[in-house]
Amino acid sequence: MIKKLAGSIREFKLPTIITILFMVGEVVIECLIPFITANLVNRIKAGDDIKNVIVTGVILVIMAILSLTCGGVAGYTSAKASAGFARNLRHDIFSRIQTYSFTNIDKFSTSSLVTRLTTDISNTQMAYMMVIRTAVRSPLMFIFAIIMAFIMGGSLAMTFVVVVPVLVFGLLMISRHAMPAFRRVFKKYDKLNESIEENVRAMRVVKGFSREDHEKEKFSRAADDICGDFTKAERIVAFNTPIMQFCMYFNMVFVLIVGSKLTIEHMGQVIDIGQISAMLTYGMQILMSLMMVSMIYVMLTMSSESMKRICQVLDEVPTLHNPENPVTSVADGSVSFTDVDFKYFEKAERNALDNININIKSGMTVGIIGGTGVGKSSLVQLILRLYDVSAGSIKVGGVDVRDYDIETLRSSVAMVLQKNLLFSGTIKENLRWGNENATDEEIIEACKLAQAHDFIKTFPEGYDTYIEQGGTNVSGGQKQRLCIARALLKKPKILILDDSTSAVDTKTDALIRRGFKEYIPETTKIIIAQRISSVEDADLIIVMDGGRITHSGTHEELLKSSDIYSEIHQQQTKGGDEE
Amino acid sequence: MKQPMNGGPGGKRPMGPPRKMNFGTLKRVIKLLFSYYPVLMPLTLLCIIFSAGVSAIPAIFQQQIIADIEIWYKTGDWEAASKVIIPKVLILVGIYVIAIIAITLQTQLMAYITQGFLNKLRCAMFEKMQNLPIKYFDTHKHGDIMSHYTNDIDTIRQLISQALPSVLQTSIIVVVVMCIMLSFSFWMTLIVLLGVVLMFTVSKTIGGGSAKYFVRQQKALGKTEGFVQEMMNGQKVVKVFCHEEKCKADFDTINDQLFEDSFRANAYANCLGPIVMNIGNILYVVIATVGGILLLSNVPNLSFRTLLAGGFGILTIDIVIPFLNMTKQFTSNVNQFSQQINHVAMALAGAERIFEMMDTEKEEDKGYVTLVNCTVDENGNIHESDTHTGTWAWKHPHTADGSVTYTLLRGHVVLDDVDFGYTEDKTVLHNITLYAEPGQKVAFVGATGAGKTTITNLINRFYDIADGKIRYDGININKIKKSDLRRSLGLVLQETNLFTGTVMDNIRYGNLGATDEECIKAALLAGADDFIRRLPEGYNTVLSGNGANLSQGQRQLISIARAAVADPPVMILDEATSSIDTRTEAIVSKGMDALMHGRTVFVIAHRLSTVRNSDVIMVLDHGHIIERGSHDDLIAQKGKYYQLYTGAFELE
Repeated sequence: MIKKLAGSIREFKLPTIITILFMVGEVVIECLIPFITANLVNRIKAGDDIKNVIVTGVILVIMAILSLTCGGVAGYTSAKASAGFARNLRHDIFSRIQTYSFTNIDKFSTSSLVTRLTTDISNTQMAYMMVIRTAVRSPLMFIFAIIMAFIMGGSLAMTFVVVVPVLVFGLLMISRHAMPAFRRVFKKYDKLNESIEENVRAMRVVKGFSREDHEKEKFSRAADDICGDFTKAERIVAFNTPIMQFCMYFNMVFVLIVGSKLTIEHMGQVIDIGQISAMLTYGMQILMSLMMVSMIYVMLTMSSESMKRICQVLDEVPTLHNPENPVTSVADGSVSFTDVDFKYFEKAERNALDNININIKSGMTVGIIGGTGVGKSSLVQLILRLYDVSAGSIKVGGVDVRDYDIETLRSSVAMVLQKNLLFSGTIKENLRWGNENATDEEIIEACKLAQAHDFIKTFPEGYDTYIEQGGTNVSGGQKQRLCIARALLKKPKILILDDSTSAVDTKTDALIRRGFKEYIPETTKIIIAQRISSVEDADLIIVMDGGRITHSGTHEELLKSSDIYSEIHQQQTKGGDEE
Repeated sequence: MKQPMNGGPGGKRPMGPPRKMNFGTLKRVIKLLFSYYPVLMPLTLLCIIFSAGVSAIPAIFQQQIIADIEIWYKTGDWEAASKVIIPKVLILVGIYVIAIIAITLQTQLMAYITQGFLNKLRCAMFEKMQNLPIKYFDTHKHGDIMSHYTNDIDTIRQLISQALPSVLQTSIIVVVVMCIMLSFSFWMTLIVLLGVVLMFTVSKTIGGGSAKYFVRQQKALGKTEGFVQEMMNGQKVVKVFCHEEKCKADFDTINDQLFEDSFRANAYANCLGPIVMNIGNILYVVIATVGGILLLSNVPNLSFRTLLAGGFGILTIDIVIPFLNMTKQFTSNVNQFSQQINHVAMALAGAERIFEMMDTEKEEDKGYVTLVNCTVDENGNIHESDTHTGTWAWKHPHTADGSVTYTLLRGHVVLDDVDFGYTEDKTVLHNITLYAEPGQKVAFVGATGAGKTTITNLINRFYDIADGKIRYDGININKIKKSDLRRSLGLVLQETNLFTGTVMDNIRYGNLGATDEECIKAALLAGADDFIRRLPEGYNTVLSGNGANLSQGQRQLISIARAAVADPPVMILDEATSSIDTRTEAIVSKGMDALMHGRTVFVIAHRLSTVRNSDVIMVLDHGHIIERGSHDDLIAQKGKYYQLYTGAFELE
């Protein structure tokens, strides 16, 4: 996991190394400062010449400035390294997602991907900064301080033989108990917040059924439960400070008693007063650095969840690949399905599509009709190779879709998705998704064909009208027509409309279809619709039910042969007959 | 809520710009704390004050002991020395033991109080939220409401468990140390204070720069989030148009900006620590040197002690050395204080947002007419009953003479010349008048924003209008208790909103007292039984995330069953079948018809086939009823409805 993530450091290795080097510098100076301070104090005590005092003072000031410089530089480079690492990581994840197939995309929800690209990366960034600054600094500080303590304190340093194990053991016990408790509690806490969110969203239902009291009760039960767990976990962590204080105080008392005894008995021969002072300072440094190490440990375990989630994205293997010697041109718009079976997941019990056989000649108009969830969308998505078939084969222009260069195939087959989407940007920008180099004339032509030109013209800004995120400022029917125009700009050999005119009125719908017939006769058109009127003039209509094709034929043929078809037809025309 | 990660670049509200301290909010938080924990809070406070005081004292003892050693070490007589030193050490040990007890007690209590307080606050917030009017939810983003429970609560946690105790502790220490310092020497204290002022100035300057970039970083992060959200949502469109490379390039531009801002913000913040710490170091040197010079130049010393002794004293080594240690303690505490005070200001902003919600006026309900079970005797007199009778009546107490009248619940709804606007300057409904007889089906048709849903919002009093305009069984609905009014109205919305729990639980939501059999019967009625039985665990299948494992149509069927089990005399179906395909709808329609039978029903539907068999269809346009009548009437009128019906006109 670490290795995988470290791959994203790249050009920020240098600032990382500089950070570590300057951090070492800072630690060295910081450990020397008490040494020289003791010297300064001794000089003043001894009533040394003021000149010498000042010289030592100047040395100390220089050291402080040096330490400041080291700390400052390390702070600067560590910010650069960690922000850069985060940038690379974001870039890598985003690029990785771009290689995903539909199967991969289906595995992650939008919000989970957004969290990974924002919060999770920010956590990792913080952890990284902490590691390169403190994770080097604290252990080093610990080692230096221990060494200095033994050099200066001699036998007095024996106190650390007692204090350090106590602190290490205490901190270890605390984190070992607290970490799992916190993890459990966080999970519950997330759930609690989810249920609040659920409640906020469903407020109309809650109020509509007068269930306020019921919800309050449910909530306070869940909240009390969490409160108990939280308190337990927090109370374990709360032992940190007392243990730390104990060690600190023990150290002081030990040094004072033993130190004074040794000093006085040996008349300052073995240990002198300066050493006692130094021991107290180093003791603090040792304990503080241990404390920091335990904090880093906690922080790393906390952010390891984030890292794990990031790795999941990076580890996801795209399920679709370009073939080795891809075909780079599509001959015509013919489509044929041969014994196609398809399921979304290998482990799925039932096939989404079962034994599909179709033959569509180039330039034909094909309608597909059937209830929700019978496999209409699945069927057409296979033509663009958005998914791979589980069995059988699909040929476009006489070549198996798996033999095409994916981009070639998808540029020749345009599809308007059922969940169509416009992006924030002007209408023109959105349409140019279909063809980046489209001229204004081409854009207008496509819009005329999609019956979008007229309403675009009524906007004050015309084609430069800004579309809000999710296309909220145009109506559903307008959105659908813009999406059709966008697909038309690809000048595709095959055009697929997946329930793309449901919000368009029937008159306009008919106009669009007539336009298709007149202006793009050579393009194969596959139209999925709920309305019979959208497909009744097609060359071939396919009726689907339960993942199978039950019937196919023309409108008249199906009225006779297919119960489902005639049932839908009857249902939709019942009222109209009365006129 | 990852606890140790405070104010990281990802935290929603990291080191924001230095905010003004709002003492009113602070007072309120503290008041709340004391009212929740009237015994424990003062006890904790005592512990904090004690341990703060104690941690300032040892420095003096330490210094004295070292001074003693200095005197005795030349004699080499431990026996004699120990008589002076050991008692002092013992006092020190005594203080330490008490300090450790105090700190243990304090931290344990703090953990207990913090979590308890947060829990109480959360419950109070949730309870308050349940009592807020729908208007609040319509005018506040859900994400913002949620952040009160996550981010804002989190800042309060920090406030109580860390920032406030630490501010208290450090300020006590600062004051104590300051007093001790003043008792040693006025001159040197003055120098220390000058140094502290310098420290404050520097940290304010750098902190300001840091805050500026943190705000920018926050903005860049928001932009990144927006872009990623949009692209992840449209990932399939990106694929279909082979737009991957362009997408990456766009992302990189935004990503680079985020990098720049994040880098600068953290660089400033990182530099602050070393700079302030080393100013402390330099101050130490300055004090030492100045002390040395003062010692040598025999400057008369002035301090509390000398003042008590009546005038000037002499500056001695015994004053300078302890003073140096105090300088360190003083600067480090001032430092901590200034850091924590920033946190306090930030947390108070969070608390303020919470209080803002808590102070929002709750849903007003002056209704006093209630819904009761009743029996009707042969003379047509209504008698209230304690048991479930299946017959309901409105109990209407009259304040004038103290009498009580009963009106049978029938489902007769009248709107009389209703005007309404969500805001004062924009009226969305104009002169709406309509009569719905018991058992009638009234449909609303019209474009989005024409006012269809608004009418239903008024009927169940999600929004209130002036008295007397809407009557339910002849009673002014403003007089009916809201919960009872809503109990008599079944609501099925386009947004289904199921709850985490089993399918059975979700259906039972309509009537908490319903038996399993009644729930299943309701599901059968709604046409949901068939697919529910095919779910892995049938009625016991657990739904999560708003029923993410079901199709939209299936969710709608469950919410119809949920309304059915409530068995209300009036139903409001707001696009209730919009996501069910026409074929399934045809199958469900039988159940729907059975469900609607004998009830007054308000139907809002996009699909005209759904409303065709209504008794009355109202065509709404910009808040006006422009056409009304049965399907046949309207077709004959050849107006807007006719256009819609024949597909010459586009809805939405």
